[in-house]
Amino acid sequence: MNVSDQKRLLREMIFFRRFEERSFEAYMERKIGGFLHLYSGQEAVATGVLETARCGHDYVITGYRDHVHAIKAGAPAREVMAELYGKVTGSSRGRGGSMHIFDPSVNFMGGYALVGQPFPLAAGLALACKHKRTDQIAMCFLGDGANNQGTFHETLNMASLWKLPVLFVCENNLYAIGTRIERSSAVVDQYKRVGAYNIPSSQHDGQDIDVVMTAARSAIDHVRSGAGPYFIEFMTYRQRGHSMSDSNAYRSKEEERQWAERDPIKIYGERLKKAGIITDTEIAAMEKSVLDEIENDVVRFAEESPEPRVEDLNKYCMDDQPNPQWIGPLVQGDHHG
Amino acid sequence: MAEIAYWEAIRRAHDEELARDPMVIAMGEDIGVAGGTYKATSGLYQKYGADRVIDTPISENSYTGIGIGASMAGMRPIIEIMSINFALLALDTLINAAAKIRYMSGGRVSCPIVLRTPGGTAHQLAAQHSARLARMFMSTPGLRVVTPRGPLDAYGMLKSAVRCNDPVIIIEHESMYNMRGEVPDEETFRPLEGAEIVRTGTDVTLIGYNYSVHLCLAAADKLATMGISAEVLDLRALRPIDRDTIRRSVERTHKAVIAEEDEATVGVGAEIISIIIEECFFALDAQPVRVHAADVPVPYNRHLEKAAIPNADDVLAAALKVLGRV
Repeated sequence: MNVSDQKRLLREMIFFRRFEERSFEAYMERKIGGFLHLYSGQEAVATGVLETARCGHDYVITGYRDHVHAIKAGAPAREVMAELYGKVTGSSRGRGGSMHIFDPSVNFMGGYALVGQPFPLAAGLALACKHKRTDQIAMCFLGDGANNQGTFHETLNMASLWKLPVLFVCENNLYAIGTRIERSSAVVDQYKRVGAYNIPSSQHDGQDIDVVMTAARSAIDHVRSGAGPYFIEFMTYRQRGHSMSDSNAYRSKEEERQWAERDPIKIYGERLKKAGIITDTEIAAMEKSVLDEIENDVVRFAEESPEPRVEDLNKYCMDDQPNPQWIGPLVQGDHHG
Repeated sequence: MAEIAYWEAIRRAHDEELARDPMVIAMGEDIGVAGGTYKATSGLYQKYGADRVIDTPISENSYTGIGIGASMAGMRPIIEIMSINFALLALDTLINAAAKIRYMSGGRVSCPIVLRTPGGTAHQLAAQHSARLARMFMSTPGLRVVTPRGPLDAYGMLKSAVRCNDPVIIIEHESMYNMRGEVPDEETFRPLEGAEIVRTGTDVTLIGYNYSVHLCLAAADKLATMGISAEVLDLRALRPIDRDTIRRSVERTHKAVIAEEDEATVGVGAEIISIIIEECFFALDAQPVRVHAADVPVPYNRHLEKAAIPNADDVLAAALKVLGRV
């Protein structure tokens, strides 16, 4: 990876952090409604894995903490922010909101609120890739909590049985909403749970983007080679609560402080500084340019975009232009059986 | 025009669609090597191979989800669930995913799956194999729900469902797979919308769907011997419902009986009566009557089972009631 790519990655992570923090501010101003789940602290995972994949070509699907995955996959940040604002210019035309970002133009196939639901959807996307004999893969990003759903076991079984090109990325942030992993999973190391399905797996530091990229590269190579699924676990930590309504009462301040030391942006920034690739002044300038971009492009676009029209309430529920040959109307009297 | 069984009609639709479009696949429990519990996919595994006719593990929610995911990437899966009771396991992927993805993506992602499943009672299968659940699916925005009553619709609606861009649930019936009927030799499509007047009449409209249409037809035969002319209407599609055809029929006969094999509460009959009241209340000469299952899980004992499920005599009695003949 060359120097300009390294700087770009650092800027991307700073951008993603600022995007999430700015969403939080807009939420407090009641410009964003519903539930809002922020990714702050986990940036190295999505950024590193998707940097290694072929975004726009490979399929990406995830849970409700989906803004950063969507943007890194190629969805325009301004459209993601507009979706949080519920605007018609949003990724999902204001119908989905924070938890349901979609951008099929870059094969980002959605964020889903049902924990564990993306497992089979991802395997289905992978089934399509295999069936069409493309070299695409599907990537499924979910948290550790999702692994306690039946869909985890059912899907791993079928993905392995049918050798589907799917990468399961487990972002283990130690908490299933507010329940710590030791209290919800009989096996704490999630990568060990997939051995039962004959799927190769590994566990890595999710805070160091270089580690993430190295691990993801070999996992993706495995999946793309046609050898079947791979399960990769990254140990990470969300800096904020599960959602906006979460006071984080179940975590100790000491634990939060320790993980703050392992902030992925800090780790990568320090590394680039030590290597003489970037200076504090340049990082400060980078932060300033991110702030400007988010205010003047991303947020402004969301603020200035129109709301969806109430007259369009029923739009998008069904195919708007169905072929009458399949749908009807039925001609009476052509069949009496 | 050949007379074929209902299961053969389904098999033929699969065969033609698999042959036409490489993106069509079939998936479900025992549908491949074993040929399907009701033979509806027999021989297709041998013809199209394990990648097109996929035997799945007993994991209804996730294999349905895999079909949905594949459909989001351009495939056209025909998913079989062996009994509608087992479809309850797949409600998350069906209702939370397939039915909602198009809407919550702002129309950007479609889920053109077909899900076939038998829903109905038959020969003492007891409570966990006798659910009818049509009323649950028909209340879900984003789905199409159809109920072919015979081989022609079983064939032609499956063909249309495979090509339609919306998720389609096809509710078949355990007691209909061996029922025979004429299907044209040439390729035929039957629309996924529209109720059908199966028998014209002037005195009362008997409304059914799926197997209960046959109860209505049998009752209409008996009514004819009494000099009463009954019209029989097959709803065909429970979502969306053809309100116009219901209205026009009731405006002609002024009386309606609704026969459903489901329980009555929050059911198909309740919906149809609401529609009649909304569309043509003043055309009614008598209160509409529902014929429906008893409000209990379906019992095993054959006498109890028979008592729990409506039959043609129940439809006849209901018709006589609305006609004021009892």
